[in-house]
Amino acid sequence: MIIPDSYPWELGETLGEHLERRGISRREFLGFCSRLGVMLGLGSLMGPSIMEALAQQRRPSAIWLSLQECTGCTESVLRTADPTIGDLVLDLISLDFQENLMAAAGHAAEAALHDAMEANRGSYILLVTGGVSLAEGGIHTMIAGRPAVEILREAAEGAAHVVAIGACAHWGNIQASNPNPTEAVGVGHIVTGKPVVNIAGCPPIGDVVTATVAHILTFGRVPELDADGRPLFAYGVRIHDNCPKRANYDAGQFVEAFDDEAARKGWCLYKVGCKGPVTFSPCPIIQWNDRTDWPIGAGHPCIGCTERHFWDTMTPFYGRLPGIAGFGIESTADVVGAALAVGAAAGVAAHAVVTGVQRARHKPDEIEKEEV
Amino acid sequence: MARTKLVVDPITRIEGHLRIEVQQENGRIAESWASATQFRGIEIIMQGRDPRDAWAFTQRICGVCTVVHALASLRAVEDALDIRVPPNGVLIRNLVHGMQTVQDHVIHFYHLHALDWVDVVSALSADPAGTATIARSISPWPNNSETYFREVQDRVKKFVDSGQLGIFTNGYWGHPAYKLPAEVNLLAVAHYLDALDWQRDVIRLHAIFGGKNPHPNFLVGGMASAINLDDAQTINAESITKIRDMIRRARVYVEQVYWPDLIAIAGFYKDWAAIGGGVPNYFAVGEYPETDIRDLGSLYLPQGIILDRNLNEVVPYDESKVREYVTHSWYEYAGGQDVGLHPYEGETTPRYIGPDPPWEYLQDSERYTWMKAPRYDGKPMEVGPLARMLVAYASGHEDVRGLVGDALGRLQVGPEALFSTLGRTAARGIETVLIARRLETWLDMLVDRIRSGDVSTFNGEKWDPSTWPESAQGYGFCDAARGSLGHWVQIQGGKITRYQCVVPSTWNCSPRDPEGQRGPYEEALVSNHPLVDPERPIEILRTIHSFDPCIACGVHVLDAEGRQVSEVTVQ
Repeated sequence: MIIPDSYPWELGETLGEHLERRGISRREFLGFCSRLGVMLGLGSLMGPSIMEALAQQRRPSAIWLSLQECTGCTESVLRTADPTIGDLVLDLISLDFQENLMAAAGHAAEAALHDAMEANRGSYILLVTGGVSLAEGGIHTMIAGRPAVEILREAAEGAAHVVAIGACAHWGNIQASNPNPTEAVGVGHIVTGKPVVNIAGCPPIGDVVTATVAHILTFGRVPELDADGRPLFAYGVRIHDNCPKRANYDAGQFVEAFDDEAARKGWCLYKVGCKGPVTFSPCPIIQWNDRTDWPIGAGHPCIGCTERHFWDTMTPFYGRLPGIAGFGIESTADVVGAALAVGAAAGVAAHAVVTGVQRARHKPDEIEKEEV
Repeated sequence: MARTKLVVDPITRIEGHLRIEVQQENGRIAESWASATQFRGIEIIMQGRDPRDAWAFTQRICGVCTVVHALASLRAVEDALDIRVPPNGVLIRNLVHGMQTVQDHVIHFYHLHALDWVDVVSALSADPAGTATIARSISPWPNNSETYFREVQDRVKKFVDSGQLGIFTNGYWGHPAYKLPAEVNLLAVAHYLDALDWQRDVIRLHAIFGGKNPHPNFLVGGMASAINLDDAQTINAESITKIRDMIRRARVYVEQVYWPDLIAIAGFYKDWAAIGGGVPNYFAVGEYPETDIRDLGSLYLPQGIILDRNLNEVVPYDESKVREYVTHSWYEYAGGQDVGLHPYEGETTPRYIGPDPPWEYLQDSERYTWMKAPRYDGKPMEVGPLARMLVAYASGHEDVRGLVGDALGRLQVGPEALFSTLGRTAARGIETVLIARRLETWLDMLVDRIRSGDVSTFNGEKWDPSTWPESAQGYGFCDAARGSLGHWVQIQGGKITRYQCVVPSTWNCSPRDPEGQRGPYEEALVSNHPLVDPERPIEILRTIHSFDPCIACGVHVLDAEGRQVSEVTVQ
């Protein structure tokens, strides 16, 4: 996707025509659309419909803003699986501005941004990594001599869809953690009046970004979101409910200390701090780096990075979550996690309730009110 | 004096937000300023946290350098609490960090730096047969047929014809500073595309040991990935085979694609071996312990300092001589604006004093950056692959001497060519070959240990806070892809009371100090440095990119002291 279009589209060409010219068979494309359907929670039978819709797409412009962040989310998108076809999904867009990769710098880069915004006003997809800082008029994140928050506002105004990629764009992330020295906030705090999709995670799995963009292109709207603006297809599942170590949990087979005999049998990490029971994320299903592995699979507890304020609510990371169903009150270790438990457990309950109500709603101001 | 003021903001193809201002005179750069324009305050956020969590926080300083802050943090905490990591843990960390460095350097060369030297549009007029001939003459890499290069050229041609240039929009194509023949441009463009798939593949090593990349998981005291040859969910023979394959693919690509390309391209830009030299002092903190980090003799890349480009002497490094200044930065020190503070006494009180945005120029302001100015014994230091290769070379490191000699011989230049923009870029390539080869050795060492019955990856003796002293402090270092990194941590009652990082890009992107000494970027830009067309400042990009800037790292700002925190929050 770095070369947004190494097989460029001809003017006026639809995706279907483009693929045909490119030598990608209908069968390959259908296979991809079916996998996409499964990822989006629509089932593989939706494959033909997705293919139909995608094939008629013409190439929209996308603008990618990098704001107050660490660039890990961009790196994550560069690691999307399914190299040939996976790239294609992002090839569906014309990536007209991306600071980490673009050839031009300085004025020439700024000109590229403004030209893309002007030429595609009202129709481009805005992808944002990083949040913005509000303290002292935004002086802590300046780009081209201007506060990032101004650039975000401008770019969002002409966007058809806004996708906030990663925890910084979602809610501000680590820099917004206690005591939030720069008054960092997420994209949804600034952009109102149109839906903001939050691809949660620090960083999120690149494939979730790809699938979300594909959804927007296929259906012309953002996917269904939970109370926190996260796509349900990815964040409607709790790690604990899909964890391959769940059987160990149910059987009371726990790692008591890292690298003990239980760890060497790959048992459950709940007692060494796993936050899987209160974290909604597709990690166990989609996995990481072309399905190579995922954090719990590699022996480390989940740190809950797809949940808001996880640096404050999920820490200490190695403190045990108390009071999970199936357990009595634990002893000393639970004291460590007591503060966390209240917040996290309330979060789960609220999540469950609000998720149900929220399905059909996409107005960000309402989502803001319902933050948990 | 007719000087032209020039601003380049944003500097693209880097991590983070960097602004360069210069004054140009008679086609050369007369004066320069480097401004980091982002501050995140992470150090302040560290206060009161569990030291065992610190690696995860500091890792988020940077998602490009996604291993190194975690590693420096682990080592700082392990130093403070006197925790010894089992040898398997040390080797696994080397594999994770080594692969990070190799992958990062290759991405830097093709995706961040190459477009400064390679004219994509020129590749259209290449003769693919000529490209294939060149490719075969420099490398046994199998994918070098005329058909392959013709196919790449066709793709690029259609791309340009479409008029939608995406990330190539407004590039400085056709600038007279581009010197490569069309055939070599095509070679580089082909490998630009190819390296995208390669980087995605080899970094999967991080997922095996750390669950994911970016931001793989670590553990104070070792690694969380347990070893058991007889279990499906742990590090077993299957994972080791996968890792061995990735390491092999990494090495072959570096030896047969990256390194030959670099030498071929460098051959057309030898004038850049006399440009952009910068400060004459080089600092390598050392990396890749093969026994324990406390045993400096076991570091595969040695620690030390080169002063005034004197390769006959390696000065020992002493962390107590590091100071940070804020005379020209947007911070305030309680003891006055010109004092230098050691990281254990470090303060981070942001105080913006500068023009109201939108900015026209920062160069007229006394203070112009969120970057502090680190100095070693009062001197600015360049850090990074060049510093590491110079220190290793001067220390008599055999592998480094061999590779440096080979590179200089092929380019037919002397060792003085290393002190330059081109030297920085070449040193990065040399280091990549070196580490890509060493990965195999570390894996062999790990396998030997497993074979002998040692599967331990974690030392839990001091995991429980009740085993810790009431107060402790520690220093952890790591020689990251972009250079020497240090973390200093202070712990009291089981919690972090102060955390301070001095980061590669803080050294390199440093502003002036109280004595007016420029930082390495700034000094490099005024070292025999051309700038022909202020509207198309490609020369600036070449030198700045040769450092591989990482600005989120540089403005780490992780100082955690209660009094200052409260000052910050009231703003």
